[in-house]
Amino acid sequence: MLKKEKKSTEVTGSRLTSSIYWKQRYLLIMLIPAIVYFIVFHYIPLYGVTIAFKDYKFTEGILGSSWVGLEHFKRLFSLESFWQVFRNTIVISLWKFVIGFPAPIIFSLILNEVLNQKFKKCVQTISYLPHFVSWVVLGGILTQLLSPSTGPVNIVLKALGFDPIYFLADSRYFRGVLVVSHVWKSIGWGSIVYIAALTSSDQQVHEAAMIDGANRLQRIFHITIPEIMPVITIMLILSVGGLINDDFDQVFNLYNTAVYDVGDVLSTYTYRLGLVDLEYSFATAVGLFKNAISIVLVLSTNTICRKINDYAIW
Amino acid sequence: MIKHRSIGDRTADIFIALVLILICLTTLYPFWYLFTLSFTSGDVSLTRMYLIPPKLTLENYAKVLSDGAILTGFINTIIRTVLGTVIAVSCTILTAYPLSRKELVHKKFFTSFVIITMFVSGGTIPSYLLVKTLGLMDTIWALVLPTAISAYNVIIARNFFISIPDSLVESAKIDGANDLVILWKVVIPVSLPIIATITLWIAVAHWNAWFDSLIYTQSASKQVLQVVMRRIILEGTQDMMNPDAAEEAMHVNTETIKATTVIVATVPILVVYPFIQKYFVKGVMIGAVKG
Repeated sequence: MLKKEKKSTEVTGSRLTSSIYWKQRYLLIMLIPAIVYFIVFHYIPLYGVTIAFKDYKFTEGILGSSWVGLEHFKRLFSLESFWQVFRNTIVISLWKFVIGFPAPIIFSLILNEVLNQKFKKCVQTISYLPHFVSWVVLGGILTQLLSPSTGPVNIVLKALGFDPIYFLADSRYFRGVLVVSHVWKSIGWGSIVYIAALTSSDQQVHEAAMIDGANRLQRIFHITIPEIMPVITIMLILSVGGLINDDFDQVFNLYNTAVYDVGDVLSTYTYRLGLVDLEYSFATAVGLFKNAISIVLVLSTNTICRKINDYAIW
Repeated sequence: MIKHRSIGDRTADIFIALVLILICLTTLYPFWYLFTLSFTSGDVSLTRMYLIPPKLTLENYAKVLSDGAILTGFINTIIRTVLGTVIAVSCTILTAYPLSRKELVHKKFFTSFVIITMFVSGGTIPSYLLVKTLGLMDTIWALVLPTAISAYNVIIARNFFISIPDSLVESAKIDGANDLVILWKVVIPVSLPIIATITLWIAVAHWNAWFDSLIYTQSASKQVLQVVMRRIILEGTQDMMNPDAAEEAMHVNTETIKATTVIVATVPILVVYPFIQKYFVKGVMIGAVKG
């Protein structure tokens, strides 16, 4: 306001600007909650990241704590447990990508072959269900399903003459559980984009191919898949951008000390360091390390995406 | 279009239908299993598989619903969902409207101010310390304020507002209406579909949220249903780590209680999701088109 009064005595140009603020006062008032919110809950924590370079003590606050430079990172990179967690994160993400990326595409291609619209809608609706349920619930469900004594999975295994397997406490199986349950939860929801792309596909091309004697598989591989290729490309690039982002909710609700060696990932590691061991600065350093990789991945994949999009428009 | 489908095509149709039915059963079975378990009497041995349990009972529900912690959790979840959704939706609309007006001063600055938060974040620990410093620990505000505005939702709403014909807004302006009146009387009434979509997203997210309650509201009277449920589910998992045949008999009962707790917490979502899923699907499409 002070600035406004001062300016109004000056040249007409700046009086114009000040009157714009006045003219748009309602728009600007509407923005106040957002400005306060983003500064407090996003930009201040962003500044709070500096504690990764400090020896943070709650009593001294972020500003008062003393700088230690790269001390935490040095310690971090010398820890064997950190590299173990880093490897786990990458391996689990890659497996989820290798199996979880094609799964919704295949699902939508199969669904696209269904002629009965009611059946198709019904399958779609059911397949979305797990998306609406939290990992706390799914963790509970999986614990029961996979229980070595009472879980149906192990009852079937026993009936077939195998020994029961404790999937959630056995290092050999835990990653498999993470990957399969991830695919199970996301296959239906992930297919939405592809189904939408498929419904807008050109029926005439298919009819022409049919008249020419192309069979179903030929039509899928030579018409349908090329048609949705742009969507697949974009989704592929986007999921590469998210490779470092592990699923905290999933791992946290399924893992236990018996499988830390294969199942502990960066976000759960950060959680335990920071909120269980109360090593705030050290945990923030881990988080910052992960966020830095994530930003690089997202920005580079975004750039690639834009280039390909432009190319496609040409 | 097709009059005569070949035998090969018909076989393929049947095969496809079978695959899809199998996928549906795989999706539904875990829920069905817990559902039946929740009606199973405690003295039924669970070491066999039943599609429908032999001895049906409501005693699990009687136990779970009379559990004070679960009731408190239910109430807390409802409060946080309602309060959180009201705050989030109003703030999102209030932010999206100015950003959608092309005459807004420093529009570029304000827009990037919002969008940047989609890409960078302080992470768990700085946010936790902030909530602690603000004195929000153990209050409902710790659950509804930190997630009050999502940049993504703002952009979705803004894009919808931009698509509203400018003549509607301009004619209201000529009639002397200010932006607050225009937003309330012109923009919101024609944007109800997108507002419904965003409202449902936020409400479901609040219903399912648990981590913030786990770390911010530690006293039992403030915890949300998902956290209470998590505690009940995890109780005894340490024993399950080394499954003992002798212990089995003791577990049988808690398994049914756990299952009932999960069903109680999930039924509200299961009941509404077939009706609200189309709004979510629409949302995914808007997001995808935007890229």
